[in-house]
Amino acid sequence: MKELKITVKDLNLYYGAKQALKNITINIPSKQVTAFIGPSGCGKSTFLRVLNRMNDLIDHVNLDGEVLIDGINIYDKSIDVVNLRKRVGMVFQKSNLFPKSIFENLVFGLRLNGIRDKNILMETAELTCKQAAIWDEVKDRLDEPALSLSGGQQQRLCIARALAIKPEIVLMDEPASALDPISTAKIEELIHHLKTKYTIVIVTHNMQQAARVSDYTAFFYMGELIEYDKTSKIFTNPTIKQTEDYVTGRFG
Amino acid sequence: MDIQKKQKDILGSLFINSIRVLFAILVIVLFLLIGKIVLEGIGMISFEFIFDEPKNNMTEGGIGPAIFGTIAVTIIMVAMAVPLGVFSAIYLSEYAKDSFFYRIIRTSINNLAGIPSIVFGLFGLGFFILFVGKNLDNVLETGLLFGQPALLWASSTLAVLVLPIVIVSTLEALTSVPKSHRDASYGMGASKWQTIKNVVLPQARPGILTGTILAVSRGVGETAPILFLGCAFFLPNLPIVDLCIGDYCIPMINPTEQFMYLAYHIFILATQSSNPTKTLPLQYGATLVLIGLTILLNITAIIFRYKFRKSLGRN
Repeated sequence: MKELKITVKDLNLYYGAKQALKNITINIPSKQVTAFIGPSGCGKSTFLRVLNRMNDLIDHVNLDGEVLIDGINIYDKSIDVVNLRKRVGMVFQKSNLFPKSIFENLVFGLRLNGIRDKNILMETAELTCKQAAIWDEVKDRLDEPALSLSGGQQQRLCIARALAIKPEIVLMDEPASALDPISTAKIEELIHHLKTKYTIVIVTHNMQQAARVSDYTAFFYMGELIEYDKTSKIFTNPTIKQTEDYVTGRFG
Repeated sequence: MDIQKKQKDILGSLFINSIRVLFAILVIVLFLLIGKIVLEGIGMISFEFIFDEPKNNMTEGGIGPAIFGTIAVTIIMVAMAVPLGVFSAIYLSEYAKDSFFYRIIRTSINNLAGIPSIVFGLFGLGFFILFVGKNLDNVLETGLLFGQPALLWASSTLAVLVLPIVIVSTLEALTSVPKSHRDASYGMGASKWQTIKNVVLPQARPGILTGTILAVSRGVGETAPILFLGCAFFLPNLPIVDLCIGDYCIPMINPTEQFMYLAYHIFILATQSSNPTKTLPLQYGATLVLIGLTILLNITAIIFRYKFRKSLGRN
């Protein structure tokens, strides 16, 4: 395995009295794509949200264990959540662009940091749009409402928006589940390009997608991490029976 | 089967037609009411009527001071009720946890909306004038300045009266902002306040304006709460004071003065006048102006709301 980015040790997470994640231990490599697969309700999205502390926003969530990013525990008291989320960007299942112009969506994160210089904003917007392979589609209509874009374009704009704050890690929660096959293909291609610069963790329902885009795959079931290995190994020669049953479509 | 189907059809058309009839009755009543006022009042409307003071024991002249007083009271009321209401709603929807205390506040707001307006008038007299005003006078040693009925206290009381309207409509607007938009903002490292300021509030603005519209309409039409709060029978002088900085003087609303109020003026013309039949045209004219003023204020707010909605990219 290459250089490690995220290391999780013995993580347990509870929604009130209900345990949602059990003893998760995983090492996620830098500048690779890691996919989380598993049936609905297996805890893969919850775990993804652990990595940028989005679960903090939900009441009655408790967790113990360690989550290290670059060797530093992000649940340490000294950690500023706001700074953490700037380093760990997130793309959600459904496009959640703001009802503002395309440009304002792109520079939202920069404006939060107090950047007002029109040139810097413009440069970043262009750069991130090019990274997200959407620049040609939006460059002439930056002032139009973002919600006038098509579903696939909106989701790629969401990715561009997340990249604009220059994160090190990009978390993607089923980014293509609401899209048509062509838009999905574009997103997958995009993910492939992005891993040269970013560490990507993607949750997906679609096993073919996991097989196509990821370098490592983790299989979750009932809040436990059943198996984690190179994607090629998980899909061709899994060690554990449950994983084999799931990836071959025998259950789930 | 066929008979059953026929029965259902008849019931259905009966239902729809009775709704149509009820709707027609509503529209007819509204048209009769407004039509009568417009027909009788339109002849009165003139430059003098709008701007002049009442003359000759209020049987002639205009309603200028009453219009001015109404607008002045409304402006100050909005300036107090909207920020207070909006911040209360932000607190309730974004910060308060669902606790016993929170539920007491919510219940209180709903109950506040149901209190008869005359009670607010007495509350205003007791709390604002006799308690706040008197104590202000004592502390600031201003003599009798605040401790008497005045525009400020009428506006404050109306602000309390319309506060639940502003809070409830703002709350609805805030809670209708999708969670996914908040997640997006938090996901980019926004703090709670940044999320509220940049994502939640801009989307809630049309809803807040709706609350303001409703509040203004309610406040302009109220008479009972301000009966004891500085609303004058006849006061030809406008409650204005010149605010001077060096040589520059700007006329400002003087909140410590008494004032005339359109809704109250209509009541006076109709019941307290020496000759109610003689003042009848004045009553129609004043009523028409009151309705017109409310509609005008509403239209202004609706235009603003339309612009905000347009800026959000959905109409």
